[in-house]
Amino acid sequence: MESKDFHIIADTGLHARPATLLVQTASKFSSEINLAYDGKSVNLKSIMGVMSLGVGKDADVTISADGADEKDAISAITDTMTKEGLSD
Amino acid sequence: MTQKLSGIAASNGVAVAPAYMLVDPDLTFDKKTISDADAEKVRLHSALDASIKELQQIKAVAEKSLGSEEAEVFEAHITILQDPEMIGQIEGKIDSDKVNAEEALKEITDNFIAIFEGMTDNAYMQERAADVRDVTKRVMSHLLGKNLPNPALINSEVVIVAHDLTPSDTAQLNRKFVKGFITDLGGRTSHSAIMSRTLEIPAVVGTENATATIKQGDKVIVDGLDGIGIVDPSDEDVTTYTKKGDDFAQQKAEWDKLKDEASVSKDGKKFTIAANIGTPDDVAAVNDNGGEAVGLFRSEFLYMDSAELPDEEKQFQAYKKAAEDMHGKQVVVRTMDIGGDKHLDYLPLPEEMNPFLGYRAIRISLKQPDLFRPQLRALLRASAFGNIAIMFPMIGTVDEFRRARAIYDEERQNLINDGVKVADHIDVGMMMEVPAAVLIADKLAKYADFFSIGTNDLIQYTFAADRGNEHVSYLYQPYNPSLLRLIKKVIDSAHAEGKWAGMCGEMAGDQVAVPLLMGMGLDEYSMSATSMLQTRSLMKKLDTKSTADLVDKALDAETNEDVADMVKQFMAGLK
Repeated sequence: MESKDFHIIADTGLHARPATLLVQTASKFSSEINLAYDGKSVNLKSIMGVMSLGVGKDADVTISADGADEKDAISAITDTMTKEGLSD
Repeated sequence: MTQKLSGIAASNGVAVAPAYMLVDPDLTFDKKTISDADAEKVRLHSALDASIKELQQIKAVAEKSLGSEEAEVFEAHITILQDPEMIGQIEGKIDSDKVNAEEALKEITDNFIAIFEGMTDNAYMQERAADVRDVTKRVMSHLLGKNLPNPALINSEVVIVAHDLTPSDTAQLNRKFVKGFITDLGGRTSHSAIMSRTLEIPAVVGTENATATIKQGDKVIVDGLDGIGIVDPSDEDVTTYTKKGDDFAQQKAEWDKLKDEASVSKDGKKFTIAANIGTPDDVAAVNDNGGEAVGLFRSEFLYMDSAELPDEEKQFQAYKKAAEDMHGKQVVVRTMDIGGDKHLDYLPLPEEMNPFLGYRAIRISLKQPDLFRPQLRALLRASAFGNIAIMFPMIGTVDEFRRARAIYDEERQNLINDGVKVADHIDVGMMMEVPAAVLIADKLAKYADFFSIGTNDLIQYTFAADRGNEHVSYLYQPYNPSLLRLIKKVIDSAHAEGKWAGMCGEMAGDQVAVPLLMGMGLDEYSMSATSMLQTRSLMKKLDTKSTADLVDKALDAETNEDVADMVKQFMAGLK
C-alpha cells in the first residue's frame, strides 16, 4: 500500500471542478484508492464521496492506494494536485 | 386555433418561430416491489448509459456555442453518473429492498442531496445539491421513457416557452437560434426579463398560462413591445407582426446611428446618458450602446454572486476592470445595498417585520465597518485606474452622510500614508431615495458631491406602498405631482450648491418621464443600457424651454394620470 499526505491550498478546497479532476485521475487505475479527511475515508473514484467530505482550504488529507498500480496512481494524483494548484 | 396570451413586455422586439417547450415532463412514479433484481439493474444501467451519452452530446455542443467554461458543468454531471459509490448503493438498494430502479435511484440520490444541502456553512456545496438533482432528473426521465428538454441541443430557430427561466437554463441557450422568450412567471425585473434585455431577445413574461396553452412546435408570435403572445397565428397576424418587428428593427437602426453622438436637447443643452450595471462584464453593452458613463454600479451583485464575503482584492479587481473598460468615463459605484429584499447566505441578518424599513444598505455599513472599510479601500485603489465615483445608498440624515464620509476620508488617508496611489479627486455622493433626505437636500448638498435619485425606493417610501405587493401596486405613481415636487427639490438643491443631480431608476429611461426630467434640469440619466439610444433620440427632439413650461403645469396638476396625459399631448404637439 502507498499513501501520501496533502495540504490543500486552493481557496475553494476540493469542490466540483478539482474534485472531478482528481476522481478522473484516480479512475484510470485499478488500485483501490481512498481519501481520508477528518476521521472519515471515502473512495477517491467517487465524486459524490469526495464532495460529501466538504474538504476546504488548509485541510490536511491522506490519499492511499492499494493494488498493482499503487505507485503510479499516487504519483499521477500528486501531479494533478500540483498542476491544478490544489496542494503545495 | 389562434390563441392570444397577454403578459408583461420584458424585452423589445418581435419574434415569430416554432415553440420549444422548456418544461420538465411529469417524472412521478410508483414505488414497486420487484422479483427480478438483475433485470432492474439492467434497466438502471441502460438509463445511466443513455444519460451519459446525452450529456456528452450536450457538452460537445455547449463547448462550441458557449465556451469550455460553461461546458465544464456537464463534465461534472457525467462524473456523477459514473460514480461507483453511488451506483453501488443504488444497486444495493435494488438487491436488498427489492424495489424498482426509480425508487432506489430516488432514495440514494436524496441522501446525497441532503448531505450537500446540510453543509449550511458552505453555499458552494449547497449548489452541488442542484447538480445531483439535475442528473437524477435525467436518469429518471430515461427510466420512465420520457424526454427531458435539452436546450443546449437546439439547432433551429425557436421561441422558448417556459414556466420561468433560471440562470442555468439561459446559460445553455444558443443566441443564434433563440428568437424569443415567453414565460408563465416573472415581472420586468425578474431574472428572465433582465437576461432577455441583455441578450436583446424579444420577451413576454408573466403570461400565467403560456406553458399550458402552447405545445412543442406550435408557431408562436412574441411581441415584446406590447407584451403579447399569439399561438398558432393566422397568415395575416404573421404579416402584421413581421412588419411590426421590421419597423422596430429599423427604428433601432436609426437609434444606433446616435451611438457616438452627444446627448443634447434641440436647443443645445448637454445631458449625460449613463447605464446601470451589475458586474464589470456589463460595461461592454454600455459602450456598445453609446453610454457616456455608468450611473449606477450595483456593487451588491459582487456580494450576491459569491459564496463568501468578497474580500478587498476581489472587489478591487472588479471596480478596476469597470473603470478601465469605461476608458476614463465616470463609473458611479453604489456601496453595498444589502438588506430589504436582498439577502446573503453568509451574512445572516435578523428577521424583521419591515425589512425595507429596517437594517439595510448604509445602515449596515455604518454599524459594521468591517464590511464597509474593505469596500471603500477597494474603490479608492481602483480610482487610480479610471474615473470612479462613490455613492452611499439610503442616506436619510446629514449625520449619516458625515459619518460615512468620515470613514471614507480615514481610509483614503490610510492608503496615502501607505504609499498607495489613489485619484486626486473622487466624487462622493449619495442616493436620494429616503423622503427625509429629499426634504433637507439643501443641507445635504453642502456635503455630497452629487445626488442620484433612486426612483423605485423613493416612490415606495413616499407613497408608503410596498413595491412587491400587487394589492397596492396602483400606488406606483412616478408622474404624481408629489413625486415630481420631490425630484425638483433634489435637482434645485444640488444646482444651488454647484453640484450635479442624476437619476438611476427605471424612471430615468421612461419616455414619458424624460421630457419632465429635462424640464427640471436633471443632469444625468442612468438606465438599462438598451434604453440609452432611444432616450438620446428623444432628447434631440425636445427643447428645455418648452419642457420647463410643461413641468410648471405638471407640478400644479392633481394626479398621476393628469400628468401622463399632459406629457402625451405635449409630445403629440411636437409632431
